[in-house]
Amino acid sequence: MLELRHLSFAADSDGKDKEIIRDLSLTVDNNKFVVVTGPNGGGKSTLAKLIAGIERPTDGQILLDGEDITEKSITERARMGIGFAFQQPVRFKGLTVLDLLRIAAGKTLTVSDACGYLSEVGLCAKDYISREVNASLSGGELKRIEIATVLARSIRLALFDEPEAGIDLWSFSNLIRIFEKMRDPENNRTILVISHQERILSIADEIIVLADGCVTKQGSREEILPDIIGSQYATNPCRGMTEGEQA
Amino acid sequence: MKQMDAVQRRLLQEVADLHDIPEGAYNFRANGESVGRQSTANIEITSKTDKSGIDIRIAPGTKRESVHIPVVMSESGLKETVYNDFYIGEDSDVLIVAGCGIDNCGTQDSQHDGVHRFFVGKHARIRYVEKHYGSGEGTGKRILNPVTELYLEEGATAELEMVQIKGVDSTARTTVAELKADAKLIVRERLMTHGVQEASSIYKVSLNGDGSSADVVSRSVARDKSYQKLDLCVVGNAACSGHTECDSIIMDEGRILAVPSLEANSIEAALVHEAAIGKIAGEQLIKLMTLGLTEAEAEEQIISGFLK
Repeated sequence: MLELRHLSFAADSDGKDKEIIRDLSLTVDNNKFVVVTGPNGGGKSTLAKLIAGIERPTDGQILLDGEDITEKSITERARMGIGFAFQQPVRFKGLTVLDLLRIAAGKTLTVSDACGYLSEVGLCAKDYISREVNASLSGGELKRIEIATVLARSIRLALFDEPEAGIDLWSFSNLIRIFEKMRDPENNRTILVISHQERILSIADEIIVLADGCVTKQGSREEILPDIIGSQYATNPCRGMTEGEQA
Repeated sequence: MKQMDAVQRRLLQEVADLHDIPEGAYNFRANGESVGRQSTANIEITSKTDKSGIDIRIAPGTKRESVHIPVVMSESGLKETVYNDFYIGEDSDVLIVAGCGIDNCGTQDSQHDGVHRFFVGKHARIRYVEKHYGSGEGTGKRILNPVTELYLEEGATAELEMVQIKGVDSTARTTVAELKADAKLIVRERLMTHGVQEASSIYKVSLNGDGSSADVVSRSVARDKSYQKLDLCVVGNAACSGHTECDSIIMDEGRILAVPSLEANSIEAALVHEAAIGKIAGEQLIKLMTLGLTEAEAEEQIISGFLK
């Protein structure tokens, strides 16, 4: 179970402290697929970074299965089983896809294991396994590799920050399939996804609406989705693309 | 062949990936003298008579053979300049592994300056691997100043892998190449300096024949208080194509001066250079930390991948 207690986060903005997360409390039960939506600038990405330890809260506590992890480093949290897929995947000169998957798995991964993770994200493994994770890969390819690094880890809490950003429609439908597979209760994982996409929201167990650093709505998909559908909090990927909006 | 001690064996492993005597032709030099040599039917190694060094003659048409010429120095205070000339016959295809390892536990400087000249015949192909390595706790410096000259005949190809990752206090590397028509040069240099080391690497590649090409890529890391100067120059004198790239990571108080330069003396020359220097991106460290590595482990992974 993930529990956030009175979490606040302020960042310096033009010399003034701007509060991005304000006294936020929420609980996410194990084995849930939770989607966090809300307006841009509402604090969604910051929330995911606070949970992963990339940002430190100015106040409040974060508990994972009852253990206070507020003071733990990124590395400690990763080793406790928190996974994080970046909105903008990072490029590395020299590190190959296989290197990255091996680091993610934290053990000697056979090439065939690594290929399995790549196949899951719809990449033909033999074409990618020895490719460098550098600028020669497209945004969509990097995104899929980013997701594969999360799949390669044994994690109990997976955080995805706008997984649909920068990927094409084909990859997007594939992404939905990956999430459906990941949420299999046998995997005993909690998945928290930051997204405005209607299709991702429509497979959620729970939806959280975050605006201005606070939770404005939280409940089951059945309760929340009808209220927000068609709004900027639950958009359709085709519409986003045709209007040239940021997904 | 004379027996080598444990230090010399370790150096040999670092610079030539060798545990023992290799297959094919070789010349081993340890502490200023030749300790073992073997020529083969196609590859003849002979001592120079006028100065220190060897001539290596590779018969035309020699394929899939290799020459190893490692140098190890384990005595403090040795200084030497060695001249090695390679004559590579037409249409041959060979691997040449050089390299120098210095272990200096004493207080006096140890220095090895290797001057290698390659005369690569028409349509011949060489792959040249050179690794430099230093070790030892002494205050005496470990100094290596290699000079590499390449003369490529028509249609010849030279592929160079130059690696200096550890332990060399001071190095001035100079590489000069002249290419005739359709000749091709590929260079991959990997350099890492630490402590208060200083390294300079200077390339001057002249593309003199139509259809000649060069691709010179240097990746380097300067750690601690070390300093590097990378000076990569490609001169296009014909209808040729050239590319140079210096890509460097600076850490701690490391400093790097990168001077890529191009000179086109023909309207048909197509030349490109790229240079980038920067510290390890914070987001790269964070990404690897979210996969469970500590910051130091993440740094090591990024550096070793970059210098791979």
